[in-house]
Amino acid sequence: MRAPSSELPIEFDHVTLTAGGVTILDQITLTLAPGAPTVLIGPNGSGKSTLLRVAMGLLSPSRGRITWGGLEDVPPLKRAIVFQRPAMLRRSAAANIRFALRAAGIPRAEHARRTGELLELVGLAHVADRAARRLSGGEQQRLALARALARDPAVLFLDEPTASLDPVATKGVEDIIRAVSERNIKVVMATHDLGEARRLAGDVVMLHRGRIVERGVAVSFFDAPQTGEARAFLAGELLI
Amino acid sequence: MTQDVTALQLVLSGDPALFAIVRLSLYVSLSAVALAALIGIPLGAWIALTKFPGRQGVIVLLNALMGLPPVVVGLAVYLMLSRSGPLGAFGLLFTPGAMIVAQTVLVTPIIAALARQTIEDLWIEYRDELSAMNLGPLGRVAALIWDARFSLVTALLAGFGRAAAEVGAIIIVGGNIEGFTRTMTTAIALETSKGDLPLAVGLGLVLIAIVIAVNALAWTARRAGERLAG
Ligand SMILES: Nc1ncnc2c1ncn2[C@@H]1O[C@H](COP(=O)(O)OP(=O)(O)OP(=O)(O)O)[C@@H](O)[C@H]1O
Ligand SMILES: [Mg+2]
Repeated sequence: MRAPSSELPIEFDHVTLTAGGVTILDQITLTLAPGAPTVLIGPNGSGKSTLLRVAMGLLSPSRGRITWGGLEDVPPLKRAIVFQRPAMLRRSAAANIRFALRAAGIPRAEHARRTGELLELVGLAHVADRAARRLSGGEQQRLALARALARDPAVLFLDEPTASLDPVATKGVEDIIRAVSERNIKVVMATHDLGEARRLAGDVVMLHRGRIVERGVAVSFFDAPQTGEARAFLAGELLI
Repeated sequence: MTQDVTALQLVLSGDPALFAIVRLSLYVSLSAVALAALIGIPLGAWIALTKFPGRQGVIVLLNALMGLPPVVVGLAVYLMLSRSGPLGAFGLLFTPGAMIVAQTVLVTPIIAALARQTIEDLWIEYRDELSAMNLGPLGRVAALIWDARFSLVTALLAGFGRAAAEVGAIIIVGGNIEGFTRTMTTAIALETSKGDLPLAVGLGLVLIAIVIAVNALAWTARRAGERLAG
Protein backbone atom coordinates (compact mmCIF):
# COMPACT_ATOMS: atom_id res chain seq x y z
CA MET A 1 0.00 0.00 0.00
CA ARG A 2 2.93 2.39 -0.47
CA ALA A 3 2.49 5.26 -2.83
CA PRO A 4 4.33 4.95 -6.12
CA SER A 5 7.79 6.47 -5.93
CA SER A 6 6.45 9.36 -7.95
CA GLU A 7 2.99 10.91 -8.17
CA LEU A 8 4.27 13.03 -11.02
CA PRO A 9 3.70 13.78 -13.76
CA ILE A 10 -0.06 14.06 -13.45
CA GLU A 11 -1.41 13.75 -16.95
CA PHE A 12 -4.87 14.77 -18.09
CA ASP A 13 -5.69 13.11 -21.39
CA HIS A 14 -8.77 14.68 -22.98
CA VAL A 15 -10.55 14.79 -19.64
CA THR A 16 -14.19 15.76 -19.89
CA LEU A 17 -16.43 16.01 -16.87
CA THR A 18 -20.18 16.42 -17.07
CA ALA A 19 -22.62 16.68 -14.20
CA GLY A 20 -26.34 17.20 -14.43
CA GLY A 21 -26.11 17.73 -18.19
CA VAL A 22 -23.55 20.51 -17.80
CA THR A 23 -20.03 20.20 -19.18
CA ILE A 24 -17.78 21.40 -16.37
CA LEU A 25 -14.45 20.36 -17.85
CA ASP A 26 -14.14 20.10 -21.60
CA GLN A 27 -11.37 18.04 -23.21
CA ILE A 28 -8.64 19.02 -20.78
CA THR A 29 -5.21 17.82 -21.84
CA LEU A 30 -2.59 18.96 -19.38
CA THR A 31 0.61 17.73 -17.79
CA LEU A 32 1.52 18.74 -14.25
CA ALA A 33 5.25 18.11 -13.95
CA PRO A 34 7.77 18.70 -11.14
CA GLY A 35 8.97 22.26 -10.79
CA ALA A 36 7.72 25.66 -9.71
CA PRO A 37 4.04 26.09 -8.81
CA THR A 38 1.41 25.75 -11.49
CA VAL A 39 -1.24 28.41 -11.05
CA LEU A 40 -4.79 28.05 -12.36
CA ILE A 41 -6.60 31.24 -13.18
CA GLY A 42 -9.92 31.99 -14.80
CA PRO A 43 -13.25 33.59 -14.04
CA ASN A 44 -15.78 32.25 -11.53
CA GLY A 45 -17.24 28.96 -12.65
CA SER A 46 -14.51 28.31 -15.21
CA GLY A 47 -13.70 24.91 -13.65
CA LYS A 48 -10.62 25.55 -11.49
CA SER A 49 -11.93 23.85 -8.36
CA THR A 50 -13.28 20.95 -10.40
CA LEU A 51 -9.94 20.49 -12.13
CA LEU A 52 -8.20 20.37 -8.75
CA ARG A 53 -10.67 17.73 -7.51
CA VAL A 54 -10.04 15.59 -10.57
CA ALA A 55 -6.28 15.98 -10.12
CA MET A 56 -6.67 15.00 -6.47
CA GLY A 57 -8.59 11.89 -7.54
CA LEU A 58 -11.84 12.88 -5.83
CA LEU A 59 -13.78 13.09 -9.09
CA SER A 60 -13.48 10.71 -12.02
CA PRO A 61 -13.61 12.00 -15.59
CA SER A 62 -16.76 11.26 -17.56
CA ARG A 63 -14.55 10.81 -20.59
CA GLY A 64 -10.80 10.76 -21.12
CA ARG A 65 -8.36 9.63 -18.45
CA ILE A 66 -5.98 10.89 -15.83
CA THR A 67 -2.77 9.23 -14.66
CA TRP A 68 -0.40 9.83 -11.74
CA GLY A 69 3.18 8.87 -12.55
CA GLY A 70 1.81 6.87 -15.46
CA LEU A 71 -0.67 4.87 -13.35
CA GLU A 72 -4.42 5.08 -13.12
CA ASP A 73 -6.41 4.99 -9.87
CA VAL A 74 -3.57 5.96 -7.55
CA PRO A 75 -5.00 6.57 -4.05
CA PRO A 76 -4.20 10.04 -2.65
CA LEU A 77 -1.53 8.87 -0.20
CA LYS A 78 0.97 11.48 -1.30
CA ARG A 79 -1.43 14.16 -2.43
CA ALA A 80 -3.10 16.75 -0.25
CA ILE A 81 -5.59 19.51 -0.91
CA VAL A 82 -6.81 22.67 0.75
CA PHE A 83 -10.38 23.18 -0.41
CA GLN A 84 -11.85 26.53 -1.28
CA ARG A 85 -14.13 26.14 1.75
CA PRO A 86 -12.32 23.74 4.07
CA ALA A 87 -14.41 21.74 6.54
CA MET A 88 -13.14 21.79 10.10
CA LEU A 89 -13.54 18.69 12.21
CA ARG A 90 -15.47 19.31 15.46
CA ARG A 91 -12.29 19.19 17.48
CA SER A 92 -9.58 21.56 18.59
CA ALA A 93 -7.16 23.04 16.07
CA ALA A 94 -4.39 20.75 17.33
CA ALA A 95 -6.71 17.72 17.18
CA ASN A 96 -7.51 18.52 13.55
CA ILE A 97 -3.81 18.23 12.74
CA ARG A 98 -3.37 15.09 14.83
CA PHE A 99 -6.28 13.56 12.95
CA ALA A 100 -4.54 14.23 9.63
CA LEU A 101 -1.25 12.82 10.96
CA ARG A 102 -3.01 9.65 12.09
CA ALA A 103 -4.87 9.31 8.77
CA ALA A 104 -1.54 9.65 6.97
CA GLY A 105 -0.05 6.86 9.07
CA ILE A 106 2.60 9.05 10.72
CA PRO A 107 3.99 7.26 13.80
CA ARG A 108 2.22 8.35 16.97
CA ALA A 109 5.47 9.26 18.69
CA GLU A 110 5.93 12.12 16.24
CA HIS A 111 2.43 13.57 16.54
CA ALA A 112 3.04 16.04 19.35
CA ARG A 113 6.20 17.48 17.81
CA ARG A 114 4.79 17.69 14.26
CA THR A 115 1.52 19.21 15.48
CA GLY A 116 3.45 21.91 17.31
CA GLU A 117 5.68 22.61 14.30
CA LEU A 118 2.77 22.82 11.87
CA LEU A 119 0.73 25.15 14.09
CA GLU A 120 3.83 27.30 14.49
CA LEU A 121 4.39 27.30 10.73
CA VAL A 122 0.93 28.72 9.96
CA GLY A 123 0.98 31.06 12.95
CA LEU A 124 -1.74 29.33 14.95
CA ALA A 125 0.22 28.04 17.94
CA HIS A 126 -1.71 30.42 20.23
CA VAL A 127 -5.08 28.87 19.29
CA ALA A 128 -3.98 25.22 19.42
CA ASP A 129 -6.62 24.24 21.96
CA ARG A 130 -9.43 26.34 20.52
CA ALA A 131 -12.33 24.55 18.79
CA ALA A 132 -11.43 24.64 15.09
CA ARG A 133 -14.93 25.65 14.05
CA ARG A 134 -14.74 28.72 16.27
CA LEU A 135 -11.64 30.03 14.48
CA SER A 136 -12.01 32.92 12.05
CA GLY A 137 -12.29 32.20 8.33
CA GLY A 138 -8.66 33.10 7.72
CA GLU A 139 -7.48 31.03 10.68
CA GLN A 140 -9.48 28.07 9.41
CA GLN A 141 -7.89 28.41 5.99
CA ARG A 142 -4.42 28.38 7.55
CA LEU A 143 -5.34 25.41 9.72
CA ALA A 144 -6.49 23.60 6.58
CA LEU A 145 -3.08 24.32 5.05
CA ALA A 146 -1.32 22.89 8.11
CA ARG A 147 -3.59 19.85 7.98
CA ALA A 148 -2.74 19.29 4.32
CA LEU A 149 0.99 19.64 5.02
CA ALA A 150 0.61 17.10 7.85
CA ARG A 151 0.18 14.46 5.16
CA ASP A 152 3.73 15.16 3.99
CA PRO A 153 2.52 15.31 0.39
CA ALA A 154 4.47 15.12 -2.85
CA VAL A 155 1.80 17.21 -4.54
CA LEU A 156 -0.15 19.96 -2.82
CA PHE A 157 -3.34 21.36 -4.34
CA LEU A 158 -4.47 24.73 -3.07
CA ASP A 159 -7.83 26.23 -3.96
CA GLU A 160 -7.64 29.98 -3.39
CA PRO A 161 -5.63 29.52 -0.19
CA THR A 162 -5.34 33.24 0.55
CA ALA A 163 -8.86 34.28 -0.44
CA SER A 164 -9.94 35.25 3.07
CA LEU A 165 -6.59 36.25 4.55
CA ASP A 166 -5.41 39.66 5.65
CA PRO A 167 -2.25 41.06 4.01
CA VAL A 168 0.08 39.81 6.74
CA ALA A 169 -1.40 36.32 6.74
CA THR A 170 -1.36 36.30 2.93
CA LYS A 171 2.36 37.06 2.95
CA GLY A 172 2.82 34.32 5.53
CA VAL A 173 1.00 31.75 3.41
CA GLU A 174 2.83 32.81 0.25
CA ASP A 175 6.13 32.35 2.10
CA ILE A 176 4.98 28.86 3.15
CA ILE A 177 4.03 28.03 -0.45
CA ARG A 178 7.46 29.16 -1.64
CA ALA A 179 9.20 27.13 1.07
CA VAL A 180 7.08 24.08 0.28
CA SER A 181 7.88 24.43 -3.40
CA GLU A 182 11.59 24.67 -2.67
CA ARG A 183 11.33 21.34 -0.84
CA ASN A 184 10.38 19.83 -4.22
CA ILE A 185 6.71 19.53 -3.35
CA LYS A 186 4.68 20.26 -6.44
CA VAL A 187 2.18 23.03 -5.78
CA VAL A 188 -0.89 23.40 -7.98
CA MET A 189 -2.93 26.41 -6.99
CA ALA A 190 -6.09 28.19 -8.08
CA THR A 191 -6.23 31.90 -7.37
CA HIS A 192 -8.09 35.06 -8.32
CA ASP A 193 -5.25 37.23 -7.12
CA LEU A 194 -3.23 38.02 -10.24
CA GLY A 195 -0.48 39.66 -8.16
CA GLU A 196 -0.16 36.45 -6.21
CA ALA A 197 -0.11 34.45 -9.44
CA ARG A 198 2.75 36.59 -10.69
CA ARG A 199 4.67 36.24 -7.42
CA LEU A 200 4.36 32.46 -7.16
CA ALA A 201 3.72 30.89 -10.54
CA GLY A 202 6.24 28.93 -12.55
CA ASP A 203 3.61 28.35 -15.16
CA VAL A 204 0.03 29.43 -15.63
CA VAL A 205 -3.03 27.61 -16.89
CA MET A 206 -5.98 29.75 -17.80
CA LEU A 207 -9.42 28.17 -17.84
CA HIS A 208 -12.57 29.54 -19.37
CA ARG A 209 -15.85 27.65 -19.46
CA GLY A 210 -14.14 24.38 -18.66
CA ARG A 211 -11.56 24.63 -21.40
CA ILE A 212 -7.89 25.57 -21.27
CA VAL A 213 -7.65 28.75 -23.28
CA GLU A 214 -3.98 29.42 -22.66
CA ARG A 215 -1.11 27.86 -20.83
CA GLY A 216 2.45 29.02 -20.58
CA VAL A 217 5.46 30.00 -18.54
CA ALA A 218 4.37 32.66 -16.06
CA VAL A 219 6.63 35.46 -17.27
CA SER A 220 5.59 35.24 -20.89
CA PHE A 221 1.94 34.63 -19.99
CA PHE A 222 1.72 37.82 -17.99
CA ASP A 223 3.91 39.93 -20.30
CA ALA A 224 2.64 38.71 -23.66
CA PRO A 225 -0.59 36.73 -23.45
CA GLN A 226 -1.36 35.02 -26.72
CA THR A 227 -5.14 34.80 -26.68
CA GLY A 228 -7.84 37.41 -26.61
CA GLU A 229 -9.40 35.77 -23.55
CA ALA A 230 -6.17 35.96 -21.56
CA ARG A 231 -5.55 39.57 -22.57
CA ALA A 232 -9.08 40.52 -21.59
CA PHE A 233 -8.87 38.62 -18.28
CA LEU A 234 -5.54 40.20 -17.33
CA ALA A 235 -6.91 43.61 -18.25
CA GLY A 236 -9.76 43.01 -15.82
CA GLU A 237 -12.45 42.84 -18.48
CA LEU A 238 -15.53 40.70 -18.14
CA LEU A 239 -15.24 37.44 -20.05
CA ILE A 240 -18.37 36.09 -21.69
CA MET B 1 -54.22 17.29 47.78
CA THR B 2 -54.02 14.84 50.66
CA GLN B 3 -53.27 12.10 48.17
CA ASP B 4 -50.34 14.09 46.84
CA VAL B 5 -48.99 14.60 50.34
CA THR B 6 -49.09 10.87 51.08
CA ALA B 7 -47.49 10.20 47.73
CA LEU B 8 -44.68 12.60 48.53
CA GLN B 9 -44.23 11.06 51.99
CA LEU B 10 -44.03 7.65 50.38
CA VAL B 11 -41.31 8.82 48.04
CA LEU B 12 -39.36 10.66 50.72
CA SER B 13 -39.56 7.80 53.21
CA GLY B 14 -37.42 5.70 50.87
CA ASP B 15 -39.84 2.79 50.92
CA PRO B 16 -37.75 -0.30 49.93
CA ALA B 17 -40.47 -1.77 47.69
CA LEU B 18 -40.72 1.50 45.82
CA PHE B 19 -36.96 1.70 45.59
CA ALA B 20 -36.80 -1.79 44.07
CA ILE B 21 -39.40 -0.85 41.47
CA VAL B 22 -37.47 2.28 40.50
CA ARG B 23 -34.22 0.31 40.29
CA LEU B 24 -35.75 -2.36 38.05
CA SER B 25 -37.26 0.27 35.78
CA LEU B 26 -33.92 1.99 35.34
CA TYR B 27 -32.11 -1.31 34.84
CA VAL B 28 -34.52 -2.42 32.09
CA SER B 29 -34.71 0.89 30.23
CA LEU B 30 -31.01 1.73 30.45
CA SER B 31 -30.06 -1.79 29.32
CA ALA B 32 -32.46 -1.50 26.39
CA VAL B 33 -31.04 1.90 25.40
CA ALA B 34 -27.47 0.55 25.63
CA LEU B 35 -28.29 -2.45 23.45
CA ALA B 36 -30.27 -0.30 21.02
CA ALA B 37 -27.30 2.09 20.77
CA LEU B 38 -24.93 -0.78 20.02
CA ILE B 39 -27.21 -1.87 17.18
CA GLY B 40 -28.75 1.42 16.10
CA ILE B 41 -25.70 3.70 15.83
CA PRO B 42 -23.63 1.40 13.58
CA LEU B 43 -26.78 0.61 11.57
CA GLY B 44 -27.56 4.30 11.16
CA ALA B 45 -23.95 5.03 10.19
CA TRP B 46 -23.97 2.22 7.66
CA ILE B 47 -27.16 3.47 5.99
CA ALA B 48 -25.81 7.02 6.03
CA LEU B 49 -22.59 6.11 4.22
CA THR B 50 -23.72 3.35 1.88
CA LYS B 51 -25.52 3.53 -1.42
CA PHE B 52 -27.66 0.50 -2.16
CA PRO B 53 -30.86 -0.17 -4.08
CA GLY B 54 -33.94 0.51 -2.01
CA ARG B 55 -32.09 2.84 0.35
CA GLN B 56 -34.83 5.47 0.31
CA GLY B 57 -37.37 2.78 1.18
CA VAL B 58 -35.27 1.60 4.10
CA ILE B 59 -35.02 5.16 5.43
CA VAL B 60 -38.78 5.69 5.17
CA LEU B 61 -39.39 2.35 6.89
CA LEU B 62 -36.92 3.15 9.66
CA ASN B 63 -38.58 6.51 10.29
CA ALA B 64 -41.98 4.80 10.36
CA LEU B 65 -40.72 2.21 12.85
CA MET B 66 -39.93 5.04 15.28
CA GLY B 67 -43.64 5.08 16.01
CA LEU B 68 -44.08 1.35 16.62
CA PRO B 69 -47.02 0.77 18.99
CA PRO B 70 -45.58 -0.72 22.21
CA VAL B 71 -48.43 -3.23 22.63
CA VAL B 72 -47.78 -4.63 19.17
CA VAL B 73 -44.07 -4.96 19.92
CA GLY B 74 -44.99 -6.59 23.22
CA LEU B 75 -47.25 -9.04 21.44
CA ALA B 76 -44.62 -9.88 18.80
CA VAL B 77 -41.91 -10.40 21.41
CA TYR B 78 -44.36 -12.45 23.50
CA LEU B 79 -44.96 -14.75 20.53
CA MET B 80 -41.22 -15.10 19.90
CA LEU B 81 -40.39 -15.85 23.55
CA SER B 82 -43.37 -17.99 24.52
CA ARG B 83 -42.76 -21.65 25.18
CA SER B 84 -43.77 -22.63 21.64
CA GLY B 85 -42.12 -19.63 19.98
CA PRO B 86 -38.80 -19.73 18.11
CA LEU B 87 -36.90 -18.27 21.08
CA GLY B 88 -38.93 -20.11 23.71
CA ALA B 89 -35.99 -22.28 24.74
CA PHE B 90 -34.31 -19.35 26.48
CA GLY B 91 -37.11 -19.18 29.04
CA LEU B 92 -37.06 -15.40 29.00
CA LEU B 93 -40.78 -14.72 29.06
CA PHE B 94 -41.97 -12.94 32.24
CA THR B 95 -38.42 -12.00 33.23
CA PRO B 96 -36.64 -8.63 33.14
CA GLY B 97 -34.69 -10.06 30.18
CA ALA B 98 -37.87 -10.23 28.11
CA MET B 99 -38.65 -6.64 29.01
CA ILE B 100 -35.19 -5.56 27.89
CA VAL B 101 -35.69 -7.38 24.59
CA ALA B 102 -39.04 -5.72 23.99
CA GLN B 103 -37.78 -2.23 24.79
CA THR B 104 -34.68 -2.78 22.66
CA VAL B 105 -36.95 -3.57 19.71
CA LEU B 106 -38.91 -0.43 20.45
CA VAL B 107 -35.92 1.87 20.85
CA THR B 108 -33.52 0.61 18.17
CA PRO B 109 -35.41 2.21 15.25
CA ILE B 110 -35.49 5.55 17.10
CA ILE B 111 -31.75 5.58 17.68
CA ALA B 112 -30.94 4.21 14.22
CA ALA B 113 -33.14 6.74 12.41
CA LEU B 114 -31.85 9.73 14.38
CA ALA B 115 -28.23 8.52 14.10
CA ARG B 116 -28.65 8.04 10.35
CA GLN B 117 -29.83 11.62 9.95
CA THR B 118 -27.13 13.09 12.17
CA ILE B 119 -24.29 11.10 10.64
CA GLU B 120 -25.46 11.70 7.09
CA ASP B 121 -25.53 15.47 7.62
CA LEU B 122 -22.02 15.36 9.03
CA TRP B 123 -20.85 13.07 6.23
CA ILE B 124 -22.02 15.56 3.60
CA GLU B 125 -19.91 18.18 5.36
CA TYR B 126 -16.84 15.95 5.90
CA ARG B 127 -16.93 13.82 2.75
CA ASP B 128 -14.37 15.77 0.73
CA GLU B 129 -11.92 16.14 3.61
CA LEU B 130 -12.12 12.51 4.72
CA SER B 131 -11.82 11.28 1.13
CA ALA B 132 -8.83 13.54 0.58
CA MET B 133 -7.23 12.00 3.68
CA ASN B 134 -7.77 8.59 2.08
CA LEU B 135 -9.63 7.30 5.12
CA GLY B 136 -11.14 3.81 4.80
CA PRO B 137 -14.77 2.99 5.69
CA LEU B 138 -14.01 2.13 9.32
CA GLY B 139 -11.95 5.26 9.84
CA ARG B 140 -14.74 7.35 8.34
CA VAL B 141 -17.42 5.82 10.55
CA ALA B 142 -15.25 6.22 13.63
CA ALA B 143 -14.51 9.88 12.86
CA LEU B 144 -18.16 10.64 12.12
CA ILE B 145 -19.52 8.91 15.22
CA TRP B 146 -16.93 10.64 17.38
CA ASP B 147 -17.62 14.09 15.95
CA ALA B 148 -21.38 13.52 16.09
CA ARG B 149 -21.24 12.25 19.67
CA PHE B 150 -23.02 15.20 21.23
CA SER B 151 -25.89 15.00 18.77
CA LEU B 152 -26.04 11.25 19.20
CA VAL B 153 -26.64 11.79 22.92
CA THR B 154 -29.90 13.43 21.91
CA ALA B 155 -30.84 10.29 20.01
CA LEU B 156 -30.08 8.19 23.09
CA LEU B 157 -32.21 10.52 25.20
CA ALA B 158 -35.12 10.19 22.82
CA GLY B 159 -34.73 6.43 23.09
CA PHE B 160 -34.56 6.54 26.88
CA GLY B 161 -37.61 8.75 27.08
CA ARG B 162 -39.54 6.30 24.98
CA ALA B 163 -38.38 3.27 26.97
CA ALA B 164 -38.93 4.80 30.39
CA ALA B 165 -42.44 5.96 29.52
CA GLU B 166 -43.85 2.89 27.80
CA VAL B 167 -45.99 0.34 29.55
CA GLY B 168 -47.67 -1.63 26.77
CA ALA B 169 -44.73 -3.80 25.76
CA ILE B 170 -43.27 -4.63 29.17
CA ILE B 171 -46.58 -5.42 30.80
CA ILE B 172 -47.21 -8.08 28.13
CA VAL B 173 -43.78 -9.74 28.14
CA GLY B 174 -42.93 -9.05 31.80
CA GLY B 175 -46.28 -9.85 33.35
CA ASN B 176 -46.03 -7.17 36.07
CA ILE B 177 -44.98 -9.72 38.72
CA GLU B 178 -44.51 -8.07 42.10
CA GLY B 179 -40.90 -7.89 43.22
CA PHE B 180 -39.67 -9.34 39.92
CA THR B 181 -40.97 -7.60 36.80
CA ARG B 182 -42.94 -4.73 38.26
CA THR B 183 -41.66 -1.38 36.97
CA MET B 184 -42.78 2.16 37.59
CA THR B 185 -45.07 2.29 34.58
CA THR B 186 -46.65 -1.13 35.08
CA ALA B 187 -47.10 -0.39 38.81
CA ILE B 188 -48.76 2.92 38.02
CA ALA B 189 -51.17 1.16 35.67
CA LEU B 190 -51.94 -1.50 38.25
CA GLU B 191 -52.23 0.75 41.31
CA THR B 192 -54.44 3.17 39.46
CA SER B 193 -56.80 0.39 38.43
CA LYS B 194 -56.77 -0.90 42.02
CA GLY B 195 -57.49 2.58 43.32
CA ASP B 196 -54.21 3.01 45.28
CA LEU B 197 -53.71 6.48 43.96
CA PRO B 198 -51.00 7.69 46.42
CA LEU B 199 -48.58 4.99 45.26
CA ALA B 200 -49.44 5.63 41.61
CA VAL B 201 -48.92 9.36 41.98
CA GLY B 202 -45.72 8.85 43.95
CA LEU B 203 -44.31 6.61 41.24
CA GLY B 204 -45.43 9.06 38.59
CA LEU B 205 -43.53 11.85 40.34
CA VAL B 206 -40.40 9.73 40.61
CA LEU B 207 -40.64 8.78 36.93
CA ILE B 208 -40.94 12.39 35.83
CA ALA B 209 -38.10 13.43 38.14
CA ILE B 210 -35.85 10.75 36.70
CA VAL B 211 -36.59 11.71 33.08
CA ILE B 212 -35.92 15.37 33.88
CA ALA B 213 -32.71 14.53 35.76
CA VAL B 214 -31.37 12.34 32.95
CA ASN B 215 -32.13 15.00 30.36
CA ALA B 216 -30.57 17.75 32.45
CA LEU B 217 -27.46 15.68 32.98
CA ALA B 218 -27.12 14.90 29.29
CA TRP B 219 -27.81 18.51 28.34
CA THR B 220 -25.09 19.75 30.69
CA ALA B 221 -22.62 17.21 29.36
CA ARG B 222 -23.48 18.18 25.83
CA ARG B 223 -23.03 21.88 26.47
CA ALA B 224 -19.71 21.33 28.18
CA GLY B 225 -18.51 19.04 25.40
CA GLU B 226 -19.57 21.37 22.64
CA ARG B 227 -17.77 24.24 24.27
CA LEU B 228 -14.58 22.21 24.08
CA ALA B 229 -15.02 20.61 20.66
CA GLY B 230 -17.07 23.15 18.75
N1 LIG C 1 -21.80 18.72 -9.03
C1 LIG C 1 -22.06 19.68 -9.95
N2 LIG C 1 -23.18 19.66 -10.69
C2 LIG C 1 -23.44 20.60 -11.61
N3 LIG C 1 -22.64 21.64 -11.85
C3 LIG C 1 -21.51 21.73 -11.14
C4 LIG C 1 -21.15 20.77 -10.15
N4 LIG C 1 -19.98 21.13 -9.60
C5 LIG C 1 -19.62 22.26 -10.22
N5 LIG C 1 -20.52 22.63 -11.15
C6 LIG C 1 -20.46 23.80 -12.05
O1 LIG C 1 -19.24 23.73 -12.73
C7 LIG C 1 -18.72 25.03 -12.95
C8 LIG C 1 -17.28 25.08 -12.48
O2 LIG C 1 -17.24 25.06 -11.07
P1 LIG C 1 -15.87 25.26 -10.27
O3 LIG C 1 -16.21 25.25 -8.85
O4 LIG C 1 -14.89 24.28 -10.77
O5 LIG C 1 -15.47 26.72 -10.75
P2 LIG C 1 -14.26 27.63 -10.25
O6 LIG C 1 -13.46 27.97 -11.46
O7 LIG C 1 -13.55 27.01 -9.12
O8 LIG C 1 -15.05 28.92 -9.77
P3 LIG C 1 -14.70 29.93 -8.56
O9 LIG C 1 -13.68 30.88 -9.09
O10 LIG C 1 -16.01 30.63 -8.34
O11 LIG C 1 -14.24 29.15 -7.40
C9 LIG C 1 -19.66 25.97 -12.22
O12 LIG C 1 -20.48 26.58 -13.19
C10 LIG C 1 -20.45 25.10 -11.31
O13 LIG C 1 -21.74 25.59 -11.15
MG1 LIG D 1 -13.37 27.43 -7.17
